[in-house]
Amino acid sequence: MKSLGSIRRSFSPWTDPAAKPYIVFENVTKKFGDFTAVNNLSLAIYEREFFALLGASGCGKSTLLRMLAGFDEPTSGRILLDGQDLRGIPPYRRPVNMMFQSYALFPHMSVEQNIAFGLKQEGMPKADIDKRVADMLKLVKLEQFAKRKPHQLSGGQRQRVALARSVAKRPKVLLLDEPLGALDKKLREETQFELMDLQQNLGLTFVVVTHDQEEAMTMADRIAILDKGQVMQVATPAEVYEAPVSRFVANFVGNVNMLEGTVAERSEKTATITGASGAQIRVENAGDATAGSTVAFAIRPEKIKVSSRKPDGAANVMEGEIYDLAYLGDMTVYHVRLVDGQVVKASALNSSRITEDPLSWNDKAWISFAPDAGVVLTR
Amino acid sequence: MNATWSRFNIVSIVLGFAFLYLPIVLLIIFSFNESKLVTVWAGFSTKWYGELFRNQSLMDAAWVTARVGVLSATFATILGTMAALALTRYTRFRGRVLFSGMVFAPLVMPEVITGLSLLLLFVAIGLDRGFLTVTLAHITFSMCFVAVVVQSRLMTFDRSLEEAAMDLGATPVKTFFQITLPVILPAVISGWMLAFTLSLDDLVIASFTSGPGATTLPMKIYSQVRLGVTPEINAACTILIGIVATGVIIASLVNKRREVQRLRDEQAANRG
Repeated sequence: MKSLGSIRRSFSPWTDPAAKPYIVFENVTKKFGDFTAVNNLSLAIYEREFFALLGASGCGKSTLLRMLAGFDEPTSGRILLDGQDLRGIPPYRRPVNMMFQSYALFPHMSVEQNIAFGLKQEGMPKADIDKRVADMLKLVKLEQFAKRKPHQLSGGQRQRVALARSVAKRPKVLLLDEPLGALDKKLREETQFELMDLQQNLGLTFVVVTHDQEEAMTMADRIAILDKGQVMQVATPAEVYEAPVSRFVANFVGNVNMLEGTVAERSEKTATITGASGAQIRVENAGDATAGSTVAFAIRPEKIKVSSRKPDGAANVMEGEIYDLAYLGDMTVYHVRLVDGQVVKASALNSSRITEDPLSWNDKAWISFAPDAGVVLTR
Repeated sequence: MNATWSRFNIVSIVLGFAFLYLPIVLLIIFSFNESKLVTVWAGFSTKWYGELFRNQSLMDAAWVTARVGVLSATFATILGTMAALALTRYTRFRGRVLFSGMVFAPLVMPEVITGLSLLLLFVAIGLDRGFLTVTLAHITFSMCFVAVVVQSRLMTFDRSLEEAAMDLGATPVKTFFQITLPVILPAVISGWMLAFTLSLDDLVIASFTSGPGATTLPMKIYSQVRLGVTPEINAACTILIGIVATGVIIASLVNKRREVQRLRDEQAANRG
């Protein structure tokens, strides 16, 4: 177990130009009648990667998964798996298996029979099937439930059966459609880590579809954020959070404050942004924002400091008053109304038991942040 | 629901049921009549049942009916299930509405018209009327009933079960026989029962399409009644009623039980 973190940390084939992607979507478009579910999308997924497709419902993420499984064919473009074009290959001949959102357990078969189903289709000898089924039951800790029918199991147990069934054939790629969607919160958190262990131990490539950003952040090596059938950003969870490429991504993942303004001054690295009310924001790493362009400065609540006295020496200071606050125990969330009327969210970790100068409703307050605490977004 | 029984409700229920079942009850009672005169009660006896089984022409007709019923129900079930699959699965094909309308039209088509048109068809193609033509005719008109029953089950069938089977390497044919059919089997069986029952008590279409040597039981009874009702016929009818009633009750019970079970399973599955 101790090696898990280090394996995951050192795993980054996407940064290696020599690495060959395992699954490639090449300009894939899928239309259902007039509706374009996937729009000219390209994506590369590497072997043994835990890859998450994250997006709101209707963004095309499930369609991508179904095209990979073979239930839908792209209207145009190609999908390659290990260099092989998948077009025209029916689902029952693809080396991928899928875990369905509804689990799709066969109601007339026992747990054992469900797990053995795929192996039987392969024509595996009976003795080998029995052994594999036993291994799978052990893997998902359901040994004593082998003879039960799906309707005699709890939701969590059914989820495990579905998982065991989909990995029993040792597919090259496992597709998971909202794998934890039907579980309650506590079970979901446990299962997240179990899925990560399983993926490491079996050395499989996982492609998981989810609408839950926390789930994607926890489990995935990389996340593709989708909107209207297009990829908005593909990056590691940390990059998606700390360096979103657009307003959409910044808004979609986590909480964010968007300070809109125009670039007043631009030097090689730094820039000054003038907000609507004339407040100046000094930023570093301004990206490709050019002088005079309209941009948003996106900053996460935890990167903003709130204080009751005007802080000295901070690069960016703005005045306001406490509009609302929520004490959550481990942290406090402040909503600060700036002089121009915009409300900025800031959160502070309550790292000591007693706060020296507790802020309260309608108190005068200053927010401050470093020039590199946020990102400048042009899109 | 309001559980109080008003006098009006009781009267209407009694009247309604009397209207429906009094003739049948009378028929059953008189099948146990000692007397040869159908309308005069002369004590209890089962002798007409004995007579019935010694009546060769009636027994022949019963045997024809049984064979027609089993054959036509079986083929109607196969065809009706296929039609139901096509109608629920390929929702986008051209002329689907027309096709589904045409499959279900015989449900409301007057039997006389169905019978007559089938007769014309058989004459036109020069098919001698007999066992084969009755069977074909029964397949034709009972198929749509099977299609309705199976289609209503398929409406609630979770397609991802089939996708999961194919994903695990089962070809479409294997998927159908290992997954789809076992899951919808109760509906298919009750469709078969329905088709068999319909075939068993059909008189109109059979009289149009049957020929010498293929007289079905309802035809035989009808022709005998025209010469005068005998207690023997009452006995035959009582047995028929028994068979039909048993079939219908079993079919609906099986369907109901499976339905309840399935609902419970699916609810539980969704809850999970």
